[in-house]
Amino acid sequence: MFATKTAAQDLAEGQAVRGRSLWADARARFFRNRAALVSLVILVLVAIFAIVGPFISPWRYDEIDWNVLGQVDTAGRPSATHWFGTDRTGRDLFARTVQGTQVSLMVGIVGAVIAVVVGTLYGAIAGYFGGRTDNLMMRIVDVLMSVPYMFVLILLLVVFGKSMIMLFVGIGLISWLDMARIARGQTLSLRGKEFVEAAVATGVAPLTIILRHIVPNLLGVVIVYATLLVPSMIIYESFISFLGLGVQEPLTSWGALISEGAGEIVNGTLWMLAFPLFFFVVTLFAFFFVGDGLRDALDPKDR
Amino acid sequence: MIAFILKRLLIAVPVLLILIVATFVMMYAAPGSPFASDRGIPPAVMANLEAEYGLDQPFLVQIWRYISGIIFEFDFGPSFIYRDQDVNDLIAQGFPVTLTYGFWSFIVAVLVGGTLGIVAAVRHNTWLDYTAVGISVGAQVLPNFVMAPILVLIFTLWLGWLPGGGWQGGQIQYVILPVIALSTSFMASIARIARASMLEVLTSNYIRTARAKGLPMRRIVLRHALKPALLPVISYLGPAFVGMITGSVVIDVYFSTGGIGQFFTASALNRDYGVMMGITVLLGTLTILFNLVVDLLYAWIDPKIRY
Repeated sequence: MFATKTAAQDLAEGQAVRGRSLWADARARFFRNRAALVSLVILVLVAIFAIVGPFISPWRYDEIDWNVLGQVDTAGRPSATHWFGTDRTGRDLFARTVQGTQVSLMVGIVGAVIAVVVGTLYGAIAGYFGGRTDNLMMRIVDVLMSVPYMFVLILLLVVFGKSMIMLFVGIGLISWLDMARIARGQTLSLRGKEFVEAAVATGVAPLTIILRHIVPNLLGVVIVYATLLVPSMIIYESFISFLGLGVQEPLTSWGALISEGAGEIVNGTLWMLAFPLFFFVVTLFAFFFVGDGLRDALDPKDR
Repeated sequence: MIAFILKRLLIAVPVLLILIVATFVMMYAAPGSPFASDRGIPPAVMANLEAEYGLDQPFLVQIWRYISGIIFEFDFGPSFIYRDQDVNDLIAQGFPVTLTYGFWSFIVAVLVGGTLGIVAAVRHNTWLDYTAVGISVGAQVLPNFVMAPILVLIFTLWLGWLPGGGWQGGQIQYVILPVIALSTSFMASIARIARASMLEVLTSNYIRTARAKGLPMRRIVLRHALKPALLPVISYLGPAFVGMITGSVVIDVYFSTGGIGQFFTASALNRDYGVMMGITVLLGTLTILFNLVVDLLYAWIDPKIRY
């Protein structure tokens, strides 16, 4: 009511009504979603934790506290010296959790970025050209999707050596497939729209149409899906690291930390599982809620 | 229908071949010999070993032997580490285990997840709905490698109800925890998909017609809404199957169930290419066959699909 009043006043005073873009609409909808907003704050906090953590931690992630080693069950408990306790070999768990958070977030974001760039372009091209090209390109995606990629990824890691680069390459290889399908589906419906027809009629080159007219219209869907991709990339990486095939010592990630902690629960050193697990679960939750919030905000179909 | 099956098979066969060839090329290109060890084997012995396993042959001969071995003799080749066992032995040993808990996980995920989703949709916006949504939202951040230690912590260490590992020929108390750990996240996904599609179906016009006719809700849900609502669930079964096969690796490692995943991880850490390749090809074959079955099922249920 308040809003209409001011709008009415504006009109009465002859001022121009400021238009609201689709993005502004979406932003307003997103900020009304409390769960998504809280999740966004949590994500920012986790990111700050990963960035600032190394500077406030008194220990390095690969530094062994020799006073604790050998009596981790008692001396390695969370305390004033070791905020999150230590791991089995007396390394500070706070510093290691910070390091693991960095790796896991990075894998998630890199995977999502590759998916966005490669998947969107691939899907848009397939969808725009249609026909035989589309058929061939999507068959390739089908083929790649029907392979149990985790095994192929592990194979890659074993054959070419376990390294962060290889992990990124491997995760990048599989992350774009779903995105390509989604982008293609959207492009198919955009292709028949008047503004594309107009661009074709005025002689714009196909690739320019895709980049200038199709891709911007895909962005909403792509952003939503990318937010949901980050947690699944994190899960993939954690899965591989849990098996000891991902990041290698002394580097670590959530999966590796959870694996170490899980191997130690028999000894009653629960903090080794609890802290990494907490960060893993909370971050994943936050990503899912933000993704859902973005979908509600950006996808007009759901309203 | 037969033409449709043939067409799908025609796609499945090249996919399988590509998988085998790609796996083989990767293994062939791998640096180092599987027999290289710290002790340093004399060159003559090394040459003999490679000749024994046919590794001195040209690439095309090797790959032909491998593929024809799989196709004509169902022989996945030797293991380079377990000298007295070949890949078939390992598969025969581990596969029944994987199949047992994999099968039950699949059943649990589909039945519990499907029921949860449908009940939530039918009782939309009641406490039942909220509980179901809460469970499925919570479970999606609990992949198998998170569930496994939590379950062991609760049911083995604190409550002492169930053993935290081992298989013992598949006695029920050894199967329960692996099945729960493996199925939880898929159950959540299935519940979410089923709920969303059931809600959509329930608001459609023909359901309103059915209600207007005065049919009881129970009959509407079971006779009219269930089939179309399950279509998205069916199309998720393929990815779920792949996920479960992948997850079985974690289950085998964490619960020491002795399934196929245990051999896979061991061979990955030992660089036992023969076993890795064999298991990848076997699971790839299974996946492709399963996807084929799902496609057929989908075509059979969905009247809109023309073959």
